[in-house]
Amino acid sequence: MIRKYFFQLIFLYLFFSKEVFAAESGGMPQLDPEFWVSQIFWLTLVFGTLYIVLSKLILPKISANLELRKSQIQENIEAADKQRKDSELKLKEYDDIILKSKLESKNLFNETREKTLKDINIKRDSLEKQIDEEIKKAETEIDQLRKGAPEKINKIAIETSSEILKNLIGTEINNSSISAIVDDLYRKNVGKYYGN
Amino acid sequence: MAANPMTQFEVYRIGPEIKIGAFDISFTNASLFMVVSSLAILLIFNLGAKKNSMLPNKIQLLAELSYTFVSKMISDTAGSKAKPYFAFIFSLFMFVLFCNMFGMIPYTFTVTSHIIVTFVLAAFIFIGVTIIGFIKHGFGYLKLFVPSGVPIVLLPLIVVIEIISYLSRPISLSVRLFANMMAGHTMMKVFGGFVISLGIVGGWLPLTFSVALTGLEILVAFLQAYVFAILTCIYLNDALNLHH
Repeated sequence: MIRKYFFQLIFLYLFFSKEVFAAESGGMPQLDPEFWVSQIFWLTLVFGTLYIVLSKLILPKISANLELRKSQIQENIEAADKQRKDSELKLKEYDDIILKSKLESKNLFNETREKTLKDINIKRDSLEKQIDEEIKKAETEIDQLRKGAPEKINKIAIETSSEILKNLIGTEINNSSISAIVDDLYRKNVGKYYGN
Repeated sequence: MAANPMTQFEVYRIGPEIKIGAFDISFTNASLFMVVSSLAILLIFNLGAKKNSMLPNKIQLLAELSYTFVSKMISDTAGSKAKPYFAFIFSLFMFVLFCNMFGMIPYTFTVTSHIIVTFVLAAFIFIGVTIIGFIKHGFGYLKLFVPSGVPIVLLPLIVVIEIISYLSRPISLSVRLFANMMAGHTMMKVFGGFVISLGIVGGWLPLTFSVALTGLEILVAFLQAYVFAILTCIYLNDALNLHH
């Protein structure tokens, strides 16, 4: 629809303006050679000047600016990369140190533990030995005492009974007969007094 | 009534008539807009190149983006060998672009809408590229007209076609730019004329078209400059890296 109107309009326009065209009798001014030489001359002059100024003065500057920016960015990237690598290395070093110290402390702990355990064991052993010895000593002493006790008691009993008899009767009585009696009594009652 | 849409392309003298021998080299409105475009380019890129900060400001960014844009375009199409011609292609692209863009301002003159201007540029490129080709490859450059892998029977025909297409390069290059600019501006003028002649009642439709066409023409202005530059790169590529 719009298209139809469009062509109608063009037709109308051309129809009504035919006279105008005829009056001005223009044709194409481009094909009129009157100013061709002038245009060629000025085009050469202006374009030549433009080319020379652009190529000698302005474009090298823009190119240098671009290069400079590029290199600067590249440098910055490289610097950042280097710093990142450095920090990574440092981090690794730090990790290594921590790992090492951890291991060291573990070793130290183990060593100390073992040493202490050993010391304790040694001390305990020696103490146990001492205790054993003391116990043995005491036991032998006790044994000795136990062994010696009946004889002593017998002797005391004999002496006491001879004293008592002397005081009672007033005469000396043979010790051997008294000891025989005591021995006899002792044998009879040994289980009663020293029963285990 | 509506003015002739072609009057906008008329060249007229500004100032006195200058003559060298039989040639009239007077300063005209075309010359004025060539100078204005070039000065605009120089101003913008000079400001953009002036100080170098790590974080570029807007104008510096514009200059540097244009630089990398053209640089990438050249290296993509013509390879690294085309580096010495960077400044020329950059100037060419910027000149055509700024002339096209200045033409988009109402009541200005579009330098590139004149066949003689585009033809001089195209002819210069054509001659330059041919000379570069012969310098780089000697008479081996003529191998450009003999594509490899073509049956012997077809070869004479192909060579003739290749030569014709090679010789028509400056014409196609110049006519493409000139015709695009002229057609676009004529069309805009015609639609502008419709707005006036149809008045307040019917003028809105062509006005809408005019607005849309302005956008399209700005796109075309950029695109044609780009095409002009990239075709130059392609021709240069043929001359620098002979593929056949």
